[in-house]
Amino acid sequence: MIGHGGGGKLSSELVEHLFVPAFRNTALENLGDASVLPGIGGRLAFSTDSFVVRPLFFPGGSIGDLAVNGTVNDLAMSGAKPLYLSAGFILEEGFRLELLGGIVERMAAAARRAGVLIVTGDTKVVERGHGDGVYINTAGIGLIAAGVDIGPTKAHPGDVVIVSGTIGDHGMAIMSVREGLEFDTVIESDCAPLHELAARVMAAGEVHVMRDPTRGGVASSLNEIAASSRVGVWLDEPSIPVQPDVQSACDLLGMDPIYVANEGKLIAIVAAESAEPVLAAMREHELGTRAAIIGRITADHPGLLVAKTGIGGTRVIPMQLGEQLPRIC
Amino acid sequence: MKHLTEYRDGELAQKLFKEIRDITTRPWAMMEVCGGQTHSIIRNGIDQLLPESIELIHGPGCPVCVTPLELIDRALAIAARPEVTFCSFGDMLRVPGSDKDLFRIKSEGGDVRVVYSPLDAVQLARQLPHREVVFFGIGFETTAPANAMAVQLARQLKLKNFSMLVSHVLVPPAIEAIMTSPGNRVQAFLAAGHVCSVMGYWQYPPLAERFRTPIVITGFEPLDVLEGIRRTVMLLEEGRYGVDNAYERAVTEEGNLPAQAMLEEVFEVTDRAWRGIGVIPRSGWRLRETYREYDAEHRFNVTGIHTVESPECHSGEVLQGRLKPNECPAFGTKCTPRKPLGATMVSAEGACAAYYNYGRFVQLAVAQ
Repeated sequence: MIGHGGGGKLSSELVEHLFVPAFRNTALENLGDASVLPGIGGRLAFSTDSFVVRPLFFPGGSIGDLAVNGTVNDLAMSGAKPLYLSAGFILEEGFRLELLGGIVERMAAAARRAGVLIVTGDTKVVERGHGDGVYINTAGIGLIAAGVDIGPTKAHPGDVVIVSGTIGDHGMAIMSVREGLEFDTVIESDCAPLHELAARVMAAGEVHVMRDPTRGGVASSLNEIAASSRVGVWLDEPSIPVQPDVQSACDLLGMDPIYVANEGKLIAIVAAESAEPVLAAMREHELGTRAAIIGRITADHPGLLVAKTGIGGTRVIPMQLGEQLPRIC
Repeated sequence: MKHLTEYRDGELAQKLFKEIRDITTRPWAMMEVCGGQTHSIIRNGIDQLLPESIELIHGPGCPVCVTPLELIDRALAIAARPEVTFCSFGDMLRVPGSDKDLFRIKSEGGDVRVVYSPLDAVQLARQLPHREVVFFGIGFETTAPANAMAVQLARQLKLKNFSMLVSHVLVPPAIEAIMTSPGNRVQAFLAAGHVCSVMGYWQYPPLAERFRTPIVITGFEPLDVLEGIRRTVMLLEEGRYGVDNAYERAVTEEGNLPAQAMLEEVFEVTDRAWRGIGVIPRSGWRLRETYREYDAEHRFNVTGIHTVESPECHSGEVLQGRLKPNECPAFGTKCTPRKPLGATMVSAEGACAAYYNYGRFVQLAVAQ
C-alpha cells in the first residue's frame, strides 16, 4: 500500500525498486534532477497529456498503456517520430502497490512497443480521498523529419478523409466495464501506438492533416479541423466503420459512436490523388486493416461537419457538449 | 444484430419514400408521439426526404421534458441532503430546475449517481445500508415495469433505505389532451412503439373512434418510422381512421400482460402536471397506498418549493406541436444544450435538443 508522506524514503524506494528497473535506460538511471539527452538535429514536437481513466484496467488496456500511447500518438499526429517521455504519478494514499506495479509494467511494455524511452519522472502522494487511485501525466518529445508539413490548418477543399479503422471501440470498452452494465460480449479497447502507421501514411502520399480522435471521437476531431482550416467536412455516414457490438452498445445507451473515444485510430486528410495509396498503405498495417475513406473536405459550409445519413438525409454533427449521457429509454 | 442493417437500409428507405410520395395527394399533419421517434426522424433526416405536404409534428413523448419543474426542484432538494444517494438516468442530470440541475448538486458535494436501471439503485441500497438511496423514477409506460419491479424487489429484500421519486406519465391521456386542445392541427398519430410493447394497443381504438383519427403503432429505426408514416398516409388518404400496428415485431394488441399486472399492483392513476403543458387529468401513475413507504415524496417531506420557469422558454408550445424548435426566438441563441432554458433542449429525446444536435439551426445549401 502506498503510505502518505512528503516524498523522502518512500519515493526513493518506488524509484529504485519499481520505476528504474521497469523503464531502464541510461538517461533515467543517472537519477539527476533532470535527464540529459543527446542532441537531436531538427524540428521537435513536444506534447503532454494527463490520464484519469476509471477503471484503471479495462479490456484491451490499462491507464499505463493509455499514458504511453496517448502521448506517443499526439507526437505521431504532428508527423514526429516519438523519442522520449516523462511520467508523473499522482498516487492516492492506500493505493495498492501491486496495482501500481502492474500499471508500471504495462507502461514499460507500451514504451518498448512504441520505441520510446521514459527518461524522467516524478511521484506525489495525496491523502486518501483526494485522488482516484492513480493519475498519470506523460509528456513527450519527438523528432519531425525534414519536409514533413502537416497540421490542423492544412485541410484543403477536395482533400479526402480517411479513418484507419472501426470507431468508438475504446470508449465503449470503458463504458462496458463500468458499474451496472453487463454486456454478453467483451468490447476491447483499441489502445495502440500509432507512430508506425502514421509513418506509413506519410510515406504513401501527400498528407495534410493527421489526428487521433480520442475524447469527443471522430466528430470532435473533424469539427476542430473544419474550424482550424476554415473548410467544411462532408462525411458519408454509412462508410464509417463501426463494429457491430460497439454499434449495439451505443444504440442501447442512446450514444453515437462518432462521439465515442478512440485510442488507436487516426484520421488522415490527404490530397485526392493520394487517397487510394494512403488507404492501401493503412490496410497493409495491422492497425489499419479496416481503414476506410469516409468523406472529403469541401469549400461549402466552412466550419461545419455535415454527414449524409444511411437513408440519404443530411445532418450537421456539431461539437459535443461534455460527456455523452446514457438516455432513459 | 440484424437490426443494425435490416431496419436502416438505404435502398429500402428510398422505396418507402417513393411509395409515400406516390400515395400523397394532399397536405397532412401527423404527430410522432415519442421523443425517440423525433430523435430518429431528425438524426436520419427523414423529414427532409418526405413530400413537403407531409408535416411531422413533434409530440410530448419525452419523459425528461415533461417531468414537472416542481418535481425536479423536489428531486434537487432531496439529492442535496447529506444522507441521500440519489440515482438517476443520465439525461436527467442536466435538466434545469428553478435555479440548479443535478450536475450542480453533484459538484456541490451531493451524492448523485447515474444508473442504467432502477434495479442498480436497489443493488446500491443493499450495498450502502447507511445511506438513503433514492431513485428518480420517471418515464412513460415503457420504463414503468422496471420501476415497479424495483419497488417490489426492495420490499422482498426488506430494504428500509430505498425509495423512489415517481413521476410516471401516460400516453393515451396526452393524445386526448392534444386532440381536445384549441387550435389542434394533428390529424393522425404515430403511436410510441415501445410504450405499446408494454401496454399493447387495446387502449387506442376508442380514441381513434372518438376523434376519427388514424393511430399507427410505430417503431424507431428509420424503416420503422417510414412504414408508420406510409400506413398513416394511406389511412388518411382513404379517409379511414382506426388503429394499425406497423411495429408487429415488438407489439401485440394485448401487450405484455405480466408487466401490466405488476404495474396495476404497484401504481395507481393520478392527475399529473406536464412541464410546459399543465395538469392533464388521470395522466400519470403514482405509487399505491400499499407501497407508500417507498415513496420518496412521502419519506422526504420537502416543503417551500417555489418554481420559477424561464419566461423565454416556449417548450410547452414545442411539446404540443404548436412551434417547431427552430421557430423559438431563444433557440440556438439564449437556449443551447450548454445553457438550456427548458428540458426539451437537454434530453436526447427532446425536440429542441434533436434540432440543435443535428444542426437544424443552419440552413444548409447542400446539394451533394
